[in-house]
Amino acid sequence: MDLKLKALTKSIWVFHAATSPCNNCDIEVLDLLTPKYDVERLGIVLVGSVRHADALLVTGVPNYKTRERLKKLYEQAPKPCVVVAIGGCACGRIIFQDSYNSPCPVDEVVPVDVYIPGCPPKPQAMIAGIAKLIKKVRGEK
Amino acid sequence: MKLLFNYLLFPGFLFSACVGLIAGWVDRKVTARIQWRKGPPWYQNFVDLMKLLGKETIIPQGASRMTFLLAPFLGLLSAVLVATILGVSLRMPLESFAGDVIVILYLLTMPAVSMILGGSSSRNPLASVGASREMKLVLGYELPFILSILAVIIRSGGSIQLGPILNQQINFGSNLASWPGALAFIAAIFCMQAKLGFVPFDVAEAEQEIMAGAVIEYSGLPLAVFRLTKAVLLYTIPLFLIALFWAGNLSWLALTGKYIAVLVIIILIKNTNPRLRIDQAMRFFWGPVTALAGISVILALFGL
Repeated sequence: MDLKLKALTKSIWVFHAATSPCNNCDIEVLDLLTPKYDVERLGIVLVGSVRHADALLVTGVPNYKTRERLKKLYEQAPKPCVVVAIGGCACGRIIFQDSYNSPCPVDEVVPVDVYIPGCPPKPQAMIAGIAKLIKKVRGEK
Repeated sequence: MKLLFNYLLFPGFLFSACVGLIAGWVDRKVTARIQWRKGPPWYQNFVDLMKLLGKETIIPQGASRMTFLLAPFLGLLSAVLVATILGVSLRMPLESFAGDVIVILYLLTMPAVSMILGGSSSRNPLASVGASREMKLVLGYELPFILSILAVIIRSGGSIQLGPILNQQINFGSNLASWPGALAFIAAIFCMQAKLGFVPFDVAEAEQEIMAGAVIEYSGLPLAVFRLTKAVLLYTIPLFLIALFWAGNLSWLALTGKYIAVLVIIILIKNTNPRLRIDQAMRFFWGPVTALAGISVILALFGL
């Protein structure tokens, strides 16, 4: 087991990329930092600069403008960097599939590692998703 | 050989970094408990550093490559040098050299200078805002910091060497027990908070307004070095204040207890105050804090 990869799974710094969401998922993401769920005990911290990020948290359906921004953000993040799609919109565009301003789902812009569906997903579901992501990065079953 | 050992292992790099990282964890844990959270495990800061070493280092387009990569090391090297000088003189006060208080004062400014250099060389508007705020903050806190140290120097008979300052306190009691010493200590604690970049004075890297300020473009190894510098400073500056103001008893146990007490003061100030704007911080430092330090110098001159 690579020591640096193991360290990565124990200290995930998250950058929150909101690609035109309805803000519902964003508020649930903030719930993770509150005393009840407190993800800092798992080493997860929200950072302001994408250069410090290990994980890109994507919410919402990309439109023509945010699609380009999301692509740029992913290129600016230092690798290894994982992408987490949060909410039904980011996973599969639900009711916006045929919308005039939604050119593509998130996973056609950047490679998504974990999908966490829900409208919005519960904080517990997000923590479960992150736990699965950690297992995936470590190569466990 | 002994010098290298001192610099790299015992009072120097390895020891100060470990103590600083654990002190950083204490800070995070206490902050979490105050906010009714659980907080990270004790090895969190070590894991963070380990992870940063494994990440890609990105140099922004158009940035000055050499300055961008070397600036963090400038800060770390000088912070470690301060830790070494302090550690050696605390163990053996006779081994200090003439004028080392002045050397420490200069070296303690270097981490801020490295932050300014790194921020302005990274070609990011938010980083230059952070660098300019850091510059103003340095101008603000250096004056009261030097004044409060001046009070100590006057009290120990005009000696600018750590050894005589320590000896004077061992023989005649801590500076903290006298009026000028106590007032200067209060002023120095505010300056220490600003030097560490902790909350009331963290405008330079305010993570809500200007993301991470001067370090916004850093990733991977240079970012790890910046965080290591912060950790070493968290060990060094409280120890420097203890050596200047509170060195009546220099046994291991007493030093540890005093360090924890100062750390608790830092964490309490950090958790009970909102961030000041840069103009408020400047007014605070050049107003009340400088006045406090000035009064302590005058009292020390009258020999109280």
